[in-house]
Amino acid sequence: MIWLWGAILFWLAAWALNARLAAGPAARHPAVRLAIPALFGVTLLVLWEGIVRGLQVSPVILPAPTEIGATIAASLPILWGDFVQTIVKGALSGYVIGCSAAVATAIAIDRSPFLQRGLLPVGNFIAALPIVGTAPILVMWFGFDWQSKAAVVVVMVFFPVLVNTVAGLAASERMQRDLMATWSASYWQTLWKLRLPAAMPFIFNGLKIATTLALIGAIVAEFFGSPTRGMGFRISTAVGQLALPLVWAEIAVAALAGSAFYGLVAAIERGMTFWHPSQRGRP
Amino acid sequence: MRDTGAPGEPVIEAKDLGLTFDTNDGPVHALTGVTLRIEKGDFVSFIGPSGCGKTTFLRCVAALEHPTSGTLTVNGMSPDAARQRRAYGYVFQAAGLYPWRTIAGNVKLPLEIMGFSRAEQEERVRNVLELVDLDGFGKKYPWQLSGGMQQRASIARALAFDADILLMDEPFGALDEIVRDRLNEELLKLWARTGKTIGFVTHSIPEAVYLSTKIVVMSPRPGRITDVIDSPLPRARPLDIRDSAEFIAVAHRVREGLRAGHGYDE
Amino acid sequence: MNRLLPILTVVAAIVAIWYVATIWMNAQWTRDQAERAGVELSFRDIVTDTLAQDRPVLPAPHQVVAELWQLTWVEETTGRRGIVKSGTLSNRSLVHHGWLTLSATALGFAIGTGLGFLLAVGIVHNRAMDLSVMPWAIASQTIPILAIAPMIIVVLASVGLTGIVPKAVISAYLSFFPVVVGMVKGLRSPEVAQLDLLRTYSASAAQAFWKLRLPASLPYLFASMKVGIAAALVGAIVGELPVQQGGLGARLLAGSYYGQTAQIWAALFTAAILAALLVGSVGAVERAVLRRQGMAR
Repeated sequence: MIWLWGAILFWLAAWALNARLAAGPAARHPAVRLAIPALFGVTLLVLWEGIVRGLQVSPVILPAPTEIGATIAASLPILWGDFVQTIVKGALSGYVIGCSAAVATAIAIDRSPFLQRGLLPVGNFIAALPIVGTAPILVMWFGFDWQSKAAVVVVMVFFPVLVNTVAGLAASERMQRDLMATWSASYWQTLWKLRLPAAMPFIFNGLKIATTLALIGAIVAEFFGSPTRGMGFRISTAVGQLALPLVWAEIAVAALAGSAFYGLVAAIERGMTFWHPSQRGRP
Repeated sequence: MRDTGAPGEPVIEAKDLGLTFDTNDGPVHALTGVTLRIEKGDFVSFIGPSGCGKTTFLRCVAALEHPTSGTLTVNGMSPDAARQRRAYGYVFQAAGLYPWRTIAGNVKLPLEIMGFSRAEQEERVRNVLELVDLDGFGKKYPWQLSGGMQQRASIARALAFDADILLMDEPFGALDEIVRDRLNEELLKLWARTGKTIGFVTHSIPEAVYLSTKIVVMSPRPGRITDVIDSPLPRARPLDIRDSAEFIAVAHRVREGLRAGHGYDE
Repeated sequence: MNRLLPILTVVAAIVAIWYVATIWMNAQWTRDQAERAGVELSFRDIVTDTLAQDRPVLPAPHQVVAELWQLTWVEETTGRRGIVKSGTLSNRSLVHHGWLTLSATALGFAIGTGLGFLLAVGIVHNRAMDLSVMPWAIASQTIPILAIAPMIIVVLASVGLTGIVPKAVISAYLSFFPVVVGMVKGLRSPEVAQLDLLRTYSASAAQAFWKLRLPASLPYLFASMKVGIAAALVGAIVGELPVQQGGLGARLLAGSYYGQTAQIWAALFTAAILAALLVGSVGAVERAVLRRQGMAR
């Protein structure tokens, strides 16, 4: 019980500290803005540990963070192998193929407002469908290995990126295009020098959404069938064996991979769209 | 090379020009019966209320719109042909600089499109930035500059490729009056130095009278010319000419023209 | 009609390409069969065969529609276990499975949206909550939460919770975060000038909430609800995979195990139709509400 009370005390103290920090003059400081959610996260972990130990929760239901940490340390080779199979081979390759295909398609239909008017509603519709349901079909066509997972990812990321890219290409103002006309610029000059740079914020919005979709697609597709490795495979079999610490370990790796992937794309976005008001921190 | 037509020929000539838009609410007569001659070296202002066709006329000259009746020649040829020969530079009300390019990069943009060599691009950018008093700002980004400076960069961009004609659509409309006065002065100096033919659309009567050798007063519904005033003011004008009796007389005539065209009705 | 024609053209093109793909992909099997039987095949034979196989690599559109029809209307009205003959929905029909998935989705979505809404209100009005929770809410959108689904199902099953509740928990979790992020954005969307005006009236925070923030946030709420309900549906489907007790996800997995192509496609199409209906109904409510608010586009 002492664990439980200790955890609750910690929680109250951290909450008070966070409230003080948030209301105080230091709230604008970047270090403080990082400390507050970090403290919140640590508090959750402490509470978790306290509740599990204090109430003697069975590890089959909810393992303690320390036990999960130990499992991670002990299973690094498995975690790494799964990571390579699912994220590097499945998600990443599908992401690259799907996003490039989407951008290329957007440019290809750029000159046909008719096709755009037709493809966009259909694309929005397909983007709302449970695409992970296509996993069994794609496994049938491409086999059990990472290729079918990459195929699922391609289908999942294609339409959101397409819709965003088309919106981005439409974003340059009429005045800018008129200016290009006064210089007798060709279609390709206008596309390359004006419309694509102006579309970058939209394209990156789509690319960021696509990172999460890629990860989800690759992992969930493995629930439908996979060789004996992969994060989705590991999660579903470990769940079947009630080896929950390993499941949580895989999830921790997935969370890390997801945030890192997203962070990477966001960093590239900052580099390429440094000029956009949202990146400059409005004055 | 630039074709400017034979000397004595007008740079821009419109004969009975008309443009009617078909809209859901019926036809809109943006321009009717516009007949006008603009000679080389003229500074022509177009003034009138919204819907009088002044911007539409400028856009027709720039081949951004196409008239539905009458004729229009620029440098003795059709506006489309003149546009392909890069006969004019256009300045919009918003500076419209690309935020992902530096000022120098922005001024270079038309030069890249038109295929000038790298060395020529650099030289032209240098010259033209100096002309608008922005030398030293080449490496800055547009958002680092004030509104007035951005507009000057936009003018520099329009001058970079040596077009003989400069078409400006309310370029100073978004700026405050103090900056506006200064830019008016600078524009006149620029005009004196370069000898370009300038078409200038404005809402401001003092600006039109101060800048122009010829003022075209227009009125709406249908868009037409109400009066063409050849300015008696001398070419070289200090700012305080705006207090002189001649200036006030011309401004008065402009105002009369606007009233006659029901420009003050709503 | 102007808006409909391009869409119909694209859809028609997709169906046409599908038919061609069907013939092309199923042709290999047809040719193998013919070779084994020593029969010569004309092009016409290939076409008719590939469009009517029992276990095709890619079923033709009409086959999918036929299977859908079979597993819904026909099964319920004429099947032995159908609703007409036995009073309850047949456990072979997609109506039954679709309903299982739909009910979990709807329940989870309602819970997730409700909680998300409350959290958003808390975040907007309490600085400490804002600074501590919001970064996590935003970060969680980069985490593949769906990977947790099997675990939640099994864990809740071991404490005795089965059926609709665990799936609803997953659906709730998946719709929760989009709603939080979207609502916070929406509740903060009024211009500073608008909020200042209310301050000159000495309006309380609650009055500002009901009269300004909440109405202004509605477009954002509906946008995130559309994302949330699609996510909730996916969550319910994935939640049906570990403990196969029916539902569209279970049908997808079963079809995949037993190589029943038509069953997979029928289940997938049912899920797609469900998704369209759900997002469409949110959209319809959105249009009705926004029109009353004068915010209709």
